[in-house]
Amino acid sequence: MNKHFFSDMGVMLGRSMRHIFRSLDTIITVTLMPIAFMLLFVYVFGGAIQTGTNNYVDYLLPGILLMAIASGISYSAYRLFIDVQGGIFERFHSMPIARSAALWGHVLTSLVSNAISVVAIILVALIMGFRSPAGVLAWLTVAGILALFTLALTWIAVIAGLSAKSVDGAGAFSYPLLFLPFISSAFVPTASMPSGVRAFAENQPVTSIVDAMRALLYSQPVGNELWVALAWCLGIMLVAYIFAMRVYKKRI
Amino acid sequence: MQNQAIQVQGLQKSYKELHVLKGVDFEVEKRCIFALLGSNGAGKTTIIKILTTLLKPDGGAAFVNGFDVVSKDDHVRQSISLTGQFAAVDEILTGRENLIMIARLRHLQDPRQVAQDLLERFGLTDAAGRRVSTYSGGMRRRLDIAMSLVGKPQLIFLDEPTSGLDPEARLEVWKTVKELADRGTTVFLTTQYLEEAEQLADRIAILHEGRIIASGTLAELKKMFPPAKVEYIEKQPSLEEIFLAIIGKKGEK
Repeated sequence: MNKHFFSDMGVMLGRSMRHIFRSLDTIITVTLMPIAFMLLFVYVFGGAIQTGTNNYVDYLLPGILLMAIASGISYSAYRLFIDVQGGIFERFHSMPIARSAALWGHVLTSLVSNAISVVAIILVALIMGFRSPAGVLAWLTVAGILALFTLALTWIAVIAGLSAKSVDGAGAFSYPLLFLPFISSAFVPTASMPSGVRAFAENQPVTSIVDAMRALLYSQPVGNELWVALAWCLGIMLVAYIFAMRVYKKRI
Repeated sequence: MQNQAIQVQGLQKSYKELHVLKGVDFEVEKRCIFALLGSNGAGKTTIIKILTTLLKPDGGAAFVNGFDVVSKDDHVRQSISLTGQFAAVDEILTGRENLIMIARLRHLQDPRQVAQDLLERFGLTDAAGRRVSTYSGGMRRRLDIAMSLVGKPQLIFLDEPTSGLDPEARLEVWKTVKELADRGTTVFLTTQYLEEAEQLADRIAILHEGRIIASGTLAELKKMFPPAKVEYIEKQPSLEEIFLAIIGKKGEK
């Protein structure tokens, strides 16, 4: 590995963080939209939803965080697409730098920027009355799950960004991902769903990830859910990474 | 051998069925401007991509500053710079930020000073704090070339540096390229404009159907064709001359 790998990646990170902070569109979609959803669900629909918890925002928060990340990574795909199309990737690759820094810079940016929007959303949730008895270890575990989830989706975004033919195509893959939390335990308990939908909801990754995070935040026993959630995240990450690297090698 | 910036022998490259390069040979001396001339799709960009280590050749050999482009690609990248066909600048950053970014990636001592010097040299000081998305085509190209000069590479590749530019901006780029050569940089450029090669290049090679069909100085190439006839015709100004005369820019800048 090139001795400048980390400093090169730092330059790449600085570059794409500037892109994010200079794009009002990105900030609105990845932070303000999830917050608006949270307000809508808590103050409009929340009264009619029976979750068995006193405070709906406590129930809702994990799902909202996953949605924010799912919308955040579509911008990673978009930024990568623009770089490859515009020729700046070729410039980087013809320079004496660690070649993979250009790609890993985008992955790191995805982690950092999603972490920022997650923190912003949690702060708003606190104002809305979200409280958690969880200790430091539980919070760290939640952060770890979110980071793994971000990485898993980011590698999917890399595949999309590298193989898309148009800007729209680069971002379109994230819509199904945005939809998954709705058919899961993120907003309402799966018990109220018809059997077919329920079977899907209970066996898709979002439900296990949301349930694990919820248990950790309520200081309830997590049990198997945590391992299922981690297995989903790691499994998706590994498969997406292998495919992304294949596309990358072919493309570059 | 060390007088050669580039040596290419029997270079071959195919994309699936399409045989783009069928054995290309040429050499480029140091400190000269070399123009590779060819029509669209002749394989000019493919040659540049191979020489800048972005693409691996299927056959033949290529050396840049004495280093094999396949086995010593790290060394090649140390001594070259590429200005691709489409301005490889970051639209969202400012001109200054673009230059600082490249200087950091080249691990230079004082990125800010390097950026400042290049902004001054390319007449971009006033626009330095503006986002590149607000730049004109000519300014963008100048910034693009400035970014390629960060770290003073010995050899710079310019892939169709003036395609898509208006006549005024094209003259600016020509001036820049000449200055580069005056300062001792070797310039390898591709173009489909005969006039551009005639104006700039010390040596010209013509790429056609996957091979170099002619190469030499402009004078040598001219000798290969029937001698010039003397004819008396009324000199009509070209549209370009008219355009430049009307907007009053000719001879300035």
